[in-house]
Amino acid sequence: MSTLSLAPPPLWRQVLPYGVLLALALLIYFYFPDQLPLAARIAALAIFVMSLDLVVGYGGLATLGHSALYGVGAYAAGLLAMHLSANPLLGLLVGACAGAVLAGLSGLFLLRYEGLTFLMLTIAISQIAQNLASKLRHWTGGDDGLSGFKVDKILGLASFDLQGRVAFIYCFVVMFISLWLMRRLMASPFGLACQGIHQNRQRMAALGTQIRWQLLKLYILSGVFAGISGALAAQVAQIVGLDTLGFELSAEALVMLVLGGAGNLWGALVGTVIFASIHHWASTLNPYHWLFIIGGMLVLMVLLREQLGRALSARLQALQRVLRSKPVGTSA
Amino acid sequence: MSVPLLETRQLRKSFGGLHVTRDVNLSLCAGDKVGLIGPNGAGKTTLINLITGVLAPSAGSVHLGGEDVSRLSQAQRVKRGLVRTFQITQLAPTLPVRRQVEMAIHEREGSIGRLWRPLHAYPQVQDEAQSILQSLRMAGLAARAPIELAYGEQRLVEVALAMALRPRVLLLDEPMAGVPAGERQVVLDALASLPSDLAILMIEHDMDLVFNFADRMLVLAEGAVLAEGSPAEIRRHAAVRAAYLGEEA
Repeated sequence: MSTLSLAPPPLWRQVLPYGVLLALALLIYFYFPDQLPLAARIAALAIFVMSLDLVVGYGGLATLGHSALYGVGAYAAGLLAMHLSANPLLGLLVGACAGAVLAGLSGLFLLRYEGLTFLMLTIAISQIAQNLASKLRHWTGGDDGLSGFKVDKILGLASFDLQGRVAFIYCFVVMFISLWLMRRLMASPFGLACQGIHQNRQRMAALGTQIRWQLLKLYILSGVFAGISGALAAQVAQIVGLDTLGFELSAEALVMLVLGGAGNLWGALVGTVIFASIHHWASTLNPYHWLFIIGGMLVLMVLLREQLGRALSARLQALQRVLRSKPVGTSA
Repeated sequence: MSVPLLETRQLRKSFGGLHVTRDVNLSLCAGDKVGLIGPNGAGKTTLINLITGVLAPSAGSVHLGGEDVSRLSQAQRVKRGLVRTFQITQLAPTLPVRRQVEMAIHEREGSIGRLWRPLHAYPQVQDEAQSILQSLRMAGLAARAPIELAYGEQRLVEVALAMALRPRVLLLDEPMAGVPAGERQVVLDALASLPSDLAILMIEHDMDLVFNFADRMLVLAEGAVLAEGSPAEIRRHAAVRAAYLGEEA
C-alpha cells in the first residue's frame, strides 16, 4: 500500500529536474551543434504537447483539435511580423492571445459536451480553422502558407543564424519558462480542482465546483501555451502552413503525450523528445516506411509501459534505499 | 416560529407519464434529524437529486433558509449550505484524502480557482483539513488515496468532505450502503459526531440505524409521502407496516 506525498518536496528535488534539463541543453549546444535546428523544433513542439497535457492529463478532456490553437498562434505571429512588428517577444504575446481567444470562444461551445462528442467537435473546430485559413488566401496565403516575414533580433541582441544556435537558445528558454509556469499553475488549488474534475465530476459538482467555468479557464490557459508554441515555431521556421492547423499535428501530439505519460508535464516533454527524435532518425533511415517504425514503437510502448514503469520504479526505490542506508561500520 | 432551513413545497417530478415524486412537502429546521425511508423505487434518491439541483422539478419548489433555490444550480445550492453524500461513494480515486478535504475547504472559501499560490502556501487550509480528519480518527489516512481504502473508510472520507463544506443542511444518501459489518461502528461514530445544529436528512435501508438516529421520520411510497411522525409513531403506523415494514415489524 503506498502513501502519497503531501508535503512539498525539498528545494533540491524541485530544482533538480530543471537542472538536468539545463545540463542536457548545454550538452546539445556544445556537443551536437548539427542537431540544434532539430532541437529548437523539438523545444517549440514540447510547449504544444505540454499545453495539450493541461487539457488531457489534468482536465481529462480528450481532444484531437488542439492544433487549431497552435495554428492560430502561428498565423497571428506570422501576420504580426509581416504587417506590424517584427519584435519576437511581441509575436509570442500575440500568439498567446490568439490561442487564448480561440480557446475561449471554442471552449464556450465545446465544454458543454463530454467524451466522444467533445472529441469529435474538437476535430470539427480544427477542420473549420484549417478551411478558413485555406479560403482567406489574401491574409493567410492559402495553400501556399504564410512566408516572407522576418523576425527582429531577440531582445535586440541576436538574430537567427544558419546554424540554429540562437533559435535553439530562444526556443529552449521559452520552453523552460513555459514548463516552469505550467507546473507552478497546476500546483495551485485550481490545478487540484482540475484533477478532481478529471477523476470524478459528480463529486466535484457536489462540492459546489463550477465545472464548466474551471474547465474553460484550463482550456484558455492551454490555448495561451499552444499559441506561444505556434508563434515560436512560426518565428523560427519563418513560414506558416496549413498543416499547423491540421488534424495530423493534434494526433501526433496526443501520441507524444501517451508516450511520455500524461498529467505531470515532464512526461509531455519526454514524449516529445522521444517521438521527434525517432521520427527524425526513422525518416532519415527510411524516408518511405518510417511510419512503420513509429507505429511499432507506439504499440510496444502501450503494451509494455506498465511493465517498464514498474521496473523503473523498483530500480529507483532500490536506489533510494541505498542512498538512505548508513555506511557499513557507522554506529547509531 | 423560525424559518425552516430546508423546505420543499409540492415538489413533483415526472419522466413522461411516470410520476416519481408526487407533491412532496418536507421541512427541516436547525438540529432536525429526519429519516427518509421507503421501499426500493419509492423515489428517495430522486427526491435528494431534486433538492440538490441535480434534477429540475416538474412542479413545486425548494427553499433554503426561506429563499427559493429551485432555479439555482447545484453549485449555488452548495454555496448556500446544502450538502449531500452519495449512495455509492463518489471520490477522486487517486487523489490523497487530505487533498480532497483541502479541495472542499478551498471550494467553501472561494479560493479553488486561484492559479498562482501553490497548495502548500495555504497552511490554514491544510491544518483545518488535518483537524477534520483527526476528528473522524482518519489522520493516519491523510496521505492515502481512496482507491486503497476500505469501503467504510471511503464512506468516512465522504463525511469528511461534507464537514469541510460546513453545511447547514446535510443529505445523507444511504451512508451505510455497502459498509461491511466490521466497519459500521466507525461510520456510526462519525455520524454521531456531526454538529448538533446541523439539519440532517438521512435515507437509509438499515431500519435499526435510521430509527435510532432520527427524531422524525418520513415514509415515501410511490413518490408520495405515505406517513410522517416520530420513529415510535412510524413503527405503529398501520399503512407503513403494511406497505413497507411488513406485519412482523
